[in-house]
Amino acid sequence: MSEPADLVVVGAGPAGMAAAATALAGGVRVVLLDSQAALGGQYWRHPPEHARALVATDDLHHGLRRYRALCQALAAHRTTGRLDLRLGHHAWSVVREDDGFAVHAVDRREAPRETALVLRAPRLLVATGAYDRQLPFPGWDVPGVLTVGGLQALLKGGGVAAGSRVALGGTGPFLLPVAAGLAARGVEVVAVCEAAHPRAWLRHPGPLLRNPGKWAEGAGYAAALLRHRVPVRPRTAIVAAAGGARVTSVRIASLAPDGSPRPGTERRVEVDAVGVGWGFAPQLDLLVPLGCALTDSADGNAVVAVDGGQRTTVPGVYAAGETCGVGGAALAVNEGRLAARSILADLGAGPLPVNGRPAAPRSAVTRQRAFARAMALAHPLPPAWPSWLTDETVVCRCEEVSAGAIRTARAEGAHDHRQVKQLTRAGMGWCQGRMCGPAVHCLTARGRAYEPAERLVATPVTLGALADLDETPPAPPAPPVPPVPPASTADGETDKECP
Amino acid sequence: MSEIVVDGDPLPFVEGQTVAAALVASGRLAWRTTRVGHRPRGVFCGIGVCFDCLVTVDGARGQRACLVPARTGMTVTTREGDDE
Repeated sequence: MSEPADLVVVGAGPAGMAAAATALAGGVRVVLLDSQAALGGQYWRHPPEHARALVATDDLHHGLRRYRALCQALAAHRTTGRLDLRLGHHAWSVVREDDGFAVHAVDRREAPRETALVLRAPRLLVATGAYDRQLPFPGWDVPGVLTVGGLQALLKGGGVAAGSRVALGGTGPFLLPVAAGLAARGVEVVAVCEAAHPRAWLRHPGPLLRNPGKWAEGAGYAAALLRHRVPVRPRTAIVAAAGGARVTSVRIASLAPDGSPRPGTERRVEVDAVGVGWGFAPQLDLLVPLGCALTDSADGNAVVAVDGGQRTTVPGVYAAGETCGVGGAALAVNEGRLAARSILADLGAGPLPVNGRPAAPRSAVTRQRAFARAMALAHPLPPAWPSWLTDETVVCRCEEVSAGAIRTARAEGAHDHRQVKQLTRAGMGWCQGRMCGPAVHCLTARGRAYEPAERLVATPVTLGALADLDETPPAPPAPPVPPVPPASTADGETDKECP
Repeated sequence: MSEIVVDGDPLPFVEGQTVAAALVASGRLAWRTTRVGHRPRGVFCGIGVCFDCLVTVDGARGQRACLVPARTGMTVTTREGDDE
C-alpha cells in the first residue's frame, strides 16, 4: 500500500472484520492486523487458507455465512489495494503521535523468525477480543487440564481433540459449543458442569425475548448434546483434578447457592482431559497504556468505556467487541460496524453508499448488550469458589505461588492483585497475571471490578527484531485473491443487523 | 505426511497445525517442567496467553508452541528455556 492508511484495526475477529469491511465500504484505507494465520479471531478460528482441505472444521462453526461474507468483502478490497491485511502480525504496543497512532508489531509469519515494524494511521480501532477467565482449583495445573477455549482452539484450528474422555466445567453458554464440538469428533464428554442454575436466566425475561437468535443457537447446541448423550449438570463444579504426568480424574460436586460444595455430593470421575472456563477476560493490553478510561461490566471485569459510537475516551481510539464488554460474536459484528460508521463520520468521509441506516447497528447493539448483561448476571463467579482451594493449591501457574501464600499476603494487608504481586510474585511471571489475575483479585478485593495490570509490552519481542526495525516496511506481497462473487452489499452487511 | 523434529525424534503434523497441536495429536500434553516445583507443563490456554507451552524452536527459546505453525524440518527442543 503506497498511500498512508486512514485506520489501523487491531484484531481480525468478528468485530475487527466487520469494522474493516464497513470502513472500506466507506472509501477509506485500512490496515487490518491479527496474530493468527487466518481471519476470524477466536470465535471463527480457522486453519490457514492453504490447509483448509486437510482440517475439516466447518461443522464446528456458527454463523459461517456471515464469516464468508465478511471474508469476501475484505478480499474485494484487497484487490483495490485499499486493504493492507497483515495476518501473523502481533501488535505489542501502541504509541500516540502528533498526527495519530503508531502500532508497533512483529511479523511472525515465519516464526520463530520475527521482523519488527510500525504501522501508522490517524485512527485506531482496538478489537483484540478476550480470553478464558480462570478460577484455580486443586490440580488445575495437571497436564490435560486446559481452558475450554484451548480445547476449542485445538479442535477448530488444528483438528485435534486433546482427550478421549473429557469433563468440562465452569460457567457460561460457551461450555455448550465446546462440548458439542468435542462430541462431534467422537470424544466422550462425560459431564458439562455448569455452576449456575438455568433458572437464573428467568430473572431477565426482557432481554431473552428480544434476542430469539441466541435461543435458536442455544437450542441447537442442546439438541446436539442430547443426541450425543452428553449430560449437562447445572449447579455443579469441577472442584479438583488428579493425576501425575496427565490428568486421570476429576472431583465433581453439587454446589450450594453460594457456590460452596454441598457436603457428601462429591464424586470422582475418570477422564483423560478437562476443560475449564468462567466466562472471559477482555484483552485490554493495548488500551490501558493509551489511557483509555475503563468502566465496570456486569461480569466483574473492567472493560473499556465507549460512547454510543464506540469511541473510547482517547480521541481517535475506538473499540469494538469483547474489549468493551463480553457479549459474543453477533454483538461484536454490530459494534464493529458502529465503530466504523463513527470513524467515517469523524474522518469527514461521505455517507456509506449502501445500507446507510445508522440506526440499525446501534439499536441491535443496545438490544444485544442487554442480553450480554443478562448472561453475565445469570452466570456469575460463585462467591464461595475460594472454599475449593487448599493452602497448597497453585494460584499463579508461572511463579508457582500457592493460595496459602496469597492468603498470608492478604492477612498482612495486601488488598489488591498489585500488592499481592509485590509480596508474593503472583502475576510476575511469563503470563504477567493474565491467568491468575482475576482469581487473585477475587481473593483480595471482592466487590470491585477486576482491572488488569498495565502491561507496556503486550507480547514478548526479541531485542534483535527491534534492533533491525525498518521504519517503512514494504507491504507484504498479496497472495492470489479468489474471485469474488457479487456480495449482497459491498461491506458484507448481508443483513440489516446481526441477529 | 509432513514432519518436525522434537527432541531428536520425528513428529508428524498436518499442514496448518501449530507445534502444540502436533504434540497434542501425538498424545503429549506436557513437555516442560517448572523452575521451582518441577511440575509438568504443556498446553493450557491454547491461544498464546498463558505461556505454559514454551519450547525452543530452531534455537529460539521461549516460543509458545500454540502459536508457532509447524513447518517441515523445524527443530523443536522441549524442557529447555523454562522460565529463564
